[in-house]
Amino acid sequence: MSEPVEIDASQATITRTHVFKRILRNPMGLIALVILVVLLLVAVLAPWIAPFDPNFANISKTLAGSDGVNWLGTDSAGRDTFSRFVWGAQATLLSALLCAAVAIVIGLPSGLIAGYFSGAFDSVANWVVNVLMAIPGIILLLTIRAAFGPSVWISMIAFGILISPGYFRLTRTAVQSVRNELYVDAARVSGLSDARIISRHIFSVVRAPIIIQTAIVCGVAISIQSGLEFLGLGDPAVATWGVMLAEGFKNVYLNPILLLWPALAIGVTIGALVLLGNAVRDALEDREKVRTPKTRRNTLTSTRRITIAAKSEHDHLLDVANLKVGYPQADGFKEVVRGVSFSLDRGEVLGIVGESGSGKSQTAFSILGLLPPEARILGGAIEFDGQYTVADGEDTVSQSRLAKLRGTRISYIPQEPMSNLDPAYTIGSQLVAPMVRILRISRAEARQRALKVLADVGIADPQRTFDSYPHEVSGGMAQRVLIAGAISCEPDLIIADEPTTALDVTVQADVLDLIRDLQKRLGVGVILVTHNFGVVADLCDRVVVMQNGRLVEGGTVRDVLRDPQDPYTVRLLSSMLEGKEPMTMLVTPEGGR
Amino acid sequence: MLTFILKRLLAGVTVLVAISVATFFLLYFSSSNIARNILGEFATPEQVAAKEHDLGLDQPIMTRFFSWAGQALTGDLGASWFTSEPVAQSLLNRLPVTLTLVVVAIIGIAICATLLGIAAAVKRGWIDRVVQIAAVIGEAIPSFVLGVVFVTLFAIQLGWFPATSSIGPGAGAEAWVASLTLPALALILNGLTSAAQQIRSAVIGQLEKDYVRTLRSRGTPEPVILFKHVLRSAAPAGLTVLSLNFIGMLGGVVIIEQIFALPGMGALAVQSTTLGDTPLVMGVVLYTVIIVIIVNLLVDLANGWLNPKVRVS
Repeated sequence: MSEPVEIDASQATITRTHVFKRILRNPMGLIALVILVVLLLVAVLAPWIAPFDPNFANISKTLAGSDGVNWLGTDSAGRDTFSRFVWGAQATLLSALLCAAVAIVIGLPSGLIAGYFSGAFDSVANWVVNVLMAIPGIILLLTIRAAFGPSVWISMIAFGILISPGYFRLTRTAVQSVRNELYVDAARVSGLSDARIISRHIFSVVRAPIIIQTAIVCGVAISIQSGLEFLGLGDPAVATWGVMLAEGFKNVYLNPILLLWPALAIGVTIGALVLLGNAVRDALEDREKVRTPKTRRNTLTSTRRITIAAKSEHDHLLDVANLKVGYPQADGFKEVVRGVSFSLDRGEVLGIVGESGSGKSQTAFSILGLLPPEARILGGAIEFDGQYTVADGEDTVSQSRLAKLRGTRISYIPQEPMSNLDPAYTIGSQLVAPMVRILRISRAEARQRALKVLADVGIADPQRTFDSYPHEVSGGMAQRVLIAGAISCEPDLIIADEPTTALDVTVQADVLDLIRDLQKRLGVGVILVTHNFGVVADLCDRVVVMQNGRLVEGGTVRDVLRDPQDPYTVRLLSSMLEGKEPMTMLVTPEGGR
Repeated sequence: MLTFILKRLLAGVTVLVAISVATFFLLYFSSSNIARNILGEFATPEQVAAKEHDLGLDQPIMTRFFSWAGQALTGDLGASWFTSEPVAQSLLNRLPVTLTLVVVAIIGIAICATLLGIAAAVKRGWIDRVVQIAAVIGEAIPSFVLGVVFVTLFAIQLGWFPATSSIGPGAGAEAWVASLTLPALALILNGLTSAAQQIRSAVIGQLEKDYVRTLRSRGTPEPVILFKHVLRSAAPAGLTVLSLNFIGMLGGVVIIEQIFALPGMGALAVQSTTLGDTPLVMGVVLYTVIIVIIVNLLVDLANGWLNPKVRVS
């Protein structure tokens, strides 16, 4: 069973080189790396670069300006600023690395153990972490200095201990999230020892965050160490940038330029470390920077006005004509909806069926005007009750026109009941606010109405639900609340995006009954987005089937169910009859996705 | 709610005890020669021995700790070994300076970081890029380096502000404000950008939540979504950043106070630790940790108020 492990390891190597390349391609990452490499070289080669010993003092030449011998001048004791600067790089970087090393040595193993085995060790470690986090760094370092004398190294070891909770927490969280992953279970089943699992699987997860954390820690270490030295509490025998800064500040009236070099060095080094950390993070997040290509917006402004003015001749509640939606990617646009047309009349229920990725939700969100900001309308038009919300040639949904319709005439029932209520407010207040605004009624009136609507959607104790927070009700109850919200302002069109998918089977039937009942009673038009033909058969008058962003079939439910024309519809139907949800595997590679 | 507060307080007390013990034992190493240092090099060995007996240094460390802790429990933090001034008194004289500075800076950071973070999250574009770049610069320059730059530039070169001002709040409002401006600014600029960055990502995280889309579908105006819903849910993240900032600042302010010669806790901390003045160091540590614990408790309470889920559990 060593095979999968080997594959895993080789994959890790591939991603690592990949990440490294991406860091180099990021200008900020490259600059940061170059700066740090140069600084490291300076530090390593200090004995050869620096013309003088850092503590060699020429008493007869103090606070001198730059000349051929002392390139950056001398300080108040007549020591060569350039030499001290170069040696300072060595001492400063070494101490920062020491601090990070101490923090890693303490934080990483303890985090691994606490995350992997949890239990008593975890509780104790967490308590220690809380203690360490409550200590203000400088105060502790001052105490350490009082106890052990002014040593850069001792204070950096102490600071490393103090800052180790950062690594501990990071590792612990990462390990905890990985621990229960299937592949770790698989490794355990296959008989790998805990030590092997930790080193092989879990270590590869925490590696990158550790690099980022180390960059940050080194920056903080340099900052706090130079701060201590600035207070005059450093070791005067070791030339670091902090000591130079303190020396410069003492002579700020005589020679302020002495401040410049150490301040600059500290700032640039910490900046490079922060940038490197950011670059690693960006490279890992795999955020290819995609600029939104300019669409035809400018060229078509004039035609747009014409189409808005022209009122269409048919009298549908909703008319979607040749709608195309796309997302920007490196080379142009990726189309997710590719020319979809359908219409809906008042009092009609239309099902849009397709598997995930077929573009059905994107179509629904185009009608609602709730596409993500980077989405673009690449063609076509949407017309609601004679008014264009997307006119021909527009590349986004007109928010100004839709804002007047959304909530009042078009409403929305989402898929995932729990995540669609704001957890911070009671259900009642979330129902009342839109009614007060849209129907222009008083709070008390809206409250009465909300209670009535809650009763309408079949909630037994409306008052209790009204006063509850979202986390206090069940999923089925939350979905009823969302339906109540959707009908509360008497819309003409309800768009329901998989309204039953997230619910238990028993609750599903209830919710479908409820939607059908309300639809009959209120006479609204409903668009029901679903992957489930059972729901369609149950509820819809007409149905359109989508695949890869296109309509492949449409008609009355009876016709489509009895005599499906498109092979894709047949497959969807048969997969439903087998009681399985259609999977993306069914997608033919036609779309090239 | 009450049990929640009590639990947090209990946890705070254990942290306080742990840190006190650790500090006291650390200081043991620095107090070996203390009587000699207090009396000067011409004191006779008998005088030194008498002094050590006075200070209780001839007793074992455990006895010393428990006698200190017993007194501290009654509110008596003892007197400085060097100046004989009661520790509680000198801390109370210094605390207002430090707390004013830190609180002013935190409020400044809270306001500016929230505005910047929201602007960057909502508008994206150039504001976002500026905040991102500024975050790197702000993180790169330690607050004391900024302080040094400010003193050099605004106080010494331009003369707009007093460079050093050993005055307290009693010296008149105008002078007090003038002396606080530069140090507060140094602290704000250092903490502001990273806080703004955190608030930005918290706001973006909330804006991508499903409930925001549903609110939009109900016709909720964008400003209401932003300020009533998104900001409230993003606030816990912001508060956590601010509390971490606050704790960091209690350390950073030590150096800032030295640069601007402000008579706060910082000078006391540096003096007492350099001399090995155990009662004073213990006082400084105790007060600082108590402040940290109170701040953390307040943040926990605020989070509980903001997030009903936390309130229940």
